[in-house]
Amino acid sequence: MELLLDIALLALLLITAISIAGIKDLLAAAMLAGIYGLLSAGFFMTMGAVDVAFTEAAVGAGISPLLIVLTLALCGRQQRGDRQRAMLALFLVLPVGALLIVATHDMPAFGAADAPAQMHVAPHYIQQSMAEIGIPNIVTSVLASYRGYDTFGEVVVIFTAGLGVLSLLMRSQGIDEPTVEPAPNAQSRDIVLRVIAKVLIAPIMLYALYVQFHGEYGPGGGFQAGVIFAVGFILYGLVFGLDAVRRVASHGLVQFLSAVGVLIYGSVGLLSLASGKSFLDYSALASNPVSGQHIGIIAIELGVGITVAAVMIMIFYLFAAQLRLQPRGPSLTPDHQGTDAGTAHLASQQQGAG
Amino acid sequence: MPAPRIWRHSNRGPVNVLLASHYNYWIVIALMMIGLYMVIAQGNLVKKIIGLNIFQTSVFIFYISVGKVDGAGAPILSAGETLYSNPLPHVLILTAIVVGIATTALALALTIRIKRAYGSIEERDIQAAEDKQDRATPPLPVGQEQ
Repeated sequence: MELLLDIALLALLLITAISIAGIKDLLAAAMLAGIYGLLSAGFFMTMGAVDVAFTEAAVGAGISPLLIVLTLALCGRQQRGDRQRAMLALFLVLPVGALLIVATHDMPAFGAADAPAQMHVAPHYIQQSMAEIGIPNIVTSVLASYRGYDTFGEVVVIFTAGLGVLSLLMRSQGIDEPTVEPAPNAQSRDIVLRVIAKVLIAPIMLYALYVQFHGEYGPGGGFQAGVIFAVGFILYGLVFGLDAVRRVASHGLVQFLSAVGVLIYGSVGLLSLASGKSFLDYSALASNPVSGQHIGIIAIELGVGITVAAVMIMIFYLFAAQLRLQPRGPSLTPDHQGTDAGTAHLASQQQGAG
Repeated sequence: MPAPRIWRHSNRGPVNVLLASHYNYWIVIALMMIGLYMVIAQGNLVKKIIGLNIFQTSVFIFYISVGKVDGAGAPILSAGETLYSNPLPHVLILTAIVVGIATTALALALTIRIKRAYGSIEERDIQAAEDKQDRATPPLPVGQEQ
């Protein structure tokens, strides 16, 4: 049964990927990318990777297609094909794929308990983490404590990517511009959307907080909570407009918080350094090493959650603000009709109650 | 410790042994090649980014498949459970997904700026605009091109 599910999900993933590669309409490709994300989240679930499935469901099926659609609203949804290049690419890709498939012959069987990947550090994590860290979710133990350096680096990468988006799109973002006048009938047309969104947002936030603070005992943690929290804000922004969501969390606040998270993480490291242990060695934080680990993990997961949520919300603000600056004059490209249609569609989503 | 050379194929029949034991890897390779194909064949920058995402997800699926142990549950310790999947790939991929969306956003932001500067996100148009610019003005020293 499990095997059948695995085969079916992966086959669906393959079909979706092929249709993404073949389809000419970029908006349809973005939607298929959302389906692709949801399918891979389902696949991770069947593999027992519950923490990963959480994250992929929020990111792959939620935030990623949304950012692509926002980009398409600015850049046009039609693409041009190039038969010559497609042939060349096939000539390159097919032999590489064939060679890789031949190479899988040496791979250990899927699911084998004695494969080399299962022999290295994993037994130590599974057998010792309860004694050394004292929390049931091994993924959180490894993420926050055993591999704390690694996770710190990743949080810094996320922060830096957020800074990069900020510097690319900030110059023309127009924070203080007044709202574009709401479209007529927006009120009545979006009523279902607005009511559903209002009902959904509170449970999403509550769930994000649960995932954040229960991450030591069940599936969850800062990364998952951060993206789920951001999805709540993004939903609000999409339905009620960018100005409404900026009244809840201003652009400056979000920028500030994205740095605060990194600082919390770093200062936990410095604190353990100051008490004579190594950087990010949480056993220095309390007299009992295991409770020190608990304090350290809760603190750095909080830092991770704040940075991830703030960076995701900031990226959404910056992309959504670009839509207002879209020049309505004749575009240089032949696909400007597609652009205008996309913008109008998104703008109508943006306005809502206003 | 030395890795055993002969892999245990649980209790499956000989016909579906290869399918059951290597199917995930084949799909991973197929997805990876579709992503690579999109990056090479498509001239549209957004489509290239979607291709990169597919490539990236194929690596995620590979890692998670490698970490799976037959009959094992999620790596959350509970009484009465002795077999767990490998938690390490989960940690690596969990963070990679969030880093991936942040870098994808950066790539999309660059695409928006390219659209502003060149009026198109098709590689050929950008190249043509560059060539025209080069012919019109003598090349500037590095670091001074707007």
